[in-house]
Amino acid sequence: MKTFKGRVICPGTCTAEALVTHGGFNTLASYQMAIMFGDKQVKCGDQSNPDIYKKPMIGKALCLPLTIGSTTGGMILYTVCSLGKQPACMLFSESIDSLAASGAILSSVWTDASMPVIDRLGHEFLECVKTGMKVTVGEGGEVTVDD
Amino acid sequence: MQLTKEQQALLDGERGEEMSKIVKTLVMYGDAFGAERMVPVTSKYGHTVISFGLKVMKPVYQLYQQLIDAGISSAQEFSADPKPLDPNVPSSLIENIVFNKIMYTEQESYEKQLKKLGLMNDDAYTCACYQDEVGNKPGRGEILSWAESSAVVYANSVLGARCNRNSGIIEMFGSIAGFVPEFGLLTDEGRKADWVVEVRCENKPEAQLLGSAIGMKVMDAVPYVKGMEKWLGTELDDAACTYLKDFGAATASNGAVGLYHIAGLTPEAKDLGESLIKEGAQVYVIDDAELKRVQESYPVIWKDRNAKPQLCFAGCPQMTLKQLHDWTDILEAKLKANGLGKVTVPTVFTAPPAVIKAWEKDVIYAQRLHSMGVVVSDICPLMYMNNPLCKKKAVITCSNKLRTYTSARFYTEGEIQDIITGKEAAK
Repeated sequence: MKTFKGRVICPGTCTAEALVTHGGFNTLASYQMAIMFGDKQVKCGDQSNPDIYKKPMIGKALCLPLTIGSTTGGMILYTVCSLGKQPACMLFSESIDSLAASGAILSSVWTDASMPVIDRLGHEFLECVKTGMKVTVGEGGEVTVDD
Repeated sequence: MQLTKEQQALLDGERGEEMSKIVKTLVMYGDAFGAERMVPVTSKYGHTVISFGLKVMKPVYQLYQQLIDAGISSAQEFSADPKPLDPNVPSSLIENIVFNKIMYTEQESYEKQLKKLGLMNDDAYTCACYQDEVGNKPGRGEILSWAESSAVVYANSVLGARCNRNSGIIEMFGSIAGFVPEFGLLTDEGRKADWVVEVRCENKPEAQLLGSAIGMKVMDAVPYVKGMEKWLGTELDDAACTYLKDFGAATASNGAVGLYHIAGLTPEAKDLGESLIKEGAQVYVIDDAELKRVQESYPVIWKDRNAKPQLCFAGCPQMTLKQLHDWTDILEAKLKANGLGKVTVPTVFTAPPAVIKAWEKDVIYAQRLHSMGVVVSDICPLMYMNNPLCKKKAVITCSNKLRTYTSARFYTEGEIQDIITGKEAAK
């Protein structure tokens, strides 16, 4: 078990199974097909991301460096949250990017969805956490990884 | 964050709950990046990335309706990304049913919402709003509240305007409020380069490949690119701007670049030179072998990778008038050399509505391209391909943005031109 401390962008607590991408998370490419065609598991559609391509994203602790790609990214996250198809939490190893921050904040202000968002967890976090591990987000930005 | 008295009053609800929540959203957005104040949006026009009425995006339209019902509209007029539909673009009966009855059922009502919120005009649907014919071309130093990754990176880099990589909805909130949080690419420090890219290619690198390589390497950082003078010169003429349009779109979609500097060419690099480079900046050397490696790394997700191309899209971001002219000349020459009169793959060139109007005035050129069987459309190819039916279709493109978001297969411009004029370049 290892604990990391990050910065809270959107508060909340949760425990979920990790889904880890080491490359940038392309929000549009990852979500577009899944949300358009009602994929209940919300499988990742980003063919350029071998870490998580075709893996279910709903309810997972999404562990990522940052998001990349289209500026629809924040709007997509907002929609995902509005539809109740969001990850359990988003855990960034780096400082959050503007698109992910937009989506997280829009969801926090304008929807009832719960999706804790923590950034600045550090490179070591992303090296430590593996897809399938149990991740717990505590108050104040503590993230515990059970191996 | 320090708000002015007026901004604080808005946050406190002086103009209603919706406006209060808009300002709250902008404040939280700024807080996440350490912004200390809001700065006025100084450009004449905004630009929104949301141009499509997708059924699944209902929460967005419901939010906008909430704003309209509260009497809120944008403080500045704005352009919007291209529309997703055009009956001139080849599509099957099933595709038409999917487009019109399943996917884009909200298109008509969303376009009405955009008008109410402050759309510039009916021709303002383009991802390349900065083209002269469109008229949304901000000046150097102007503060923007835009979204659309290719437009933002162009405005920052080529025009010297200042805009963060805002998301859809957030950009509208900034245009409504008339102010945005000051951080990142709005600040002098945020515009300094984290990377030096040394281009050491033998021949002029393909814009969309070079941009892709840089985007994938630097992600959201600011690159300072050296070694392009011999191909792009030192003046931002039509050819250089067109190249940078396509280059920038690839940096932004294959990575998350919001600003780049080209040594000796882009405005800030011209004025400030290497003082723009941060101490300890990393170095990325690009030669022909590196570009080949990058191109070969692109996955091909066609079911049959040897399938004959069924459709070709060029113009993502949408083409300039110069590109339409250049491609017409090139295709005509290649078809003639191959003893053909028409392209052998159904082909669509996309351009802004205002550029298409200007293009059509040049009757001879327009007729020449038309007679080769090429469709010129103002559609967004990305939105067109955004369905599972297209996944089964062998679509080719020279756009790295389209490749990234869809099943379209990437070829260089030269390869595309050879394929659609009959030569067998598909491997």
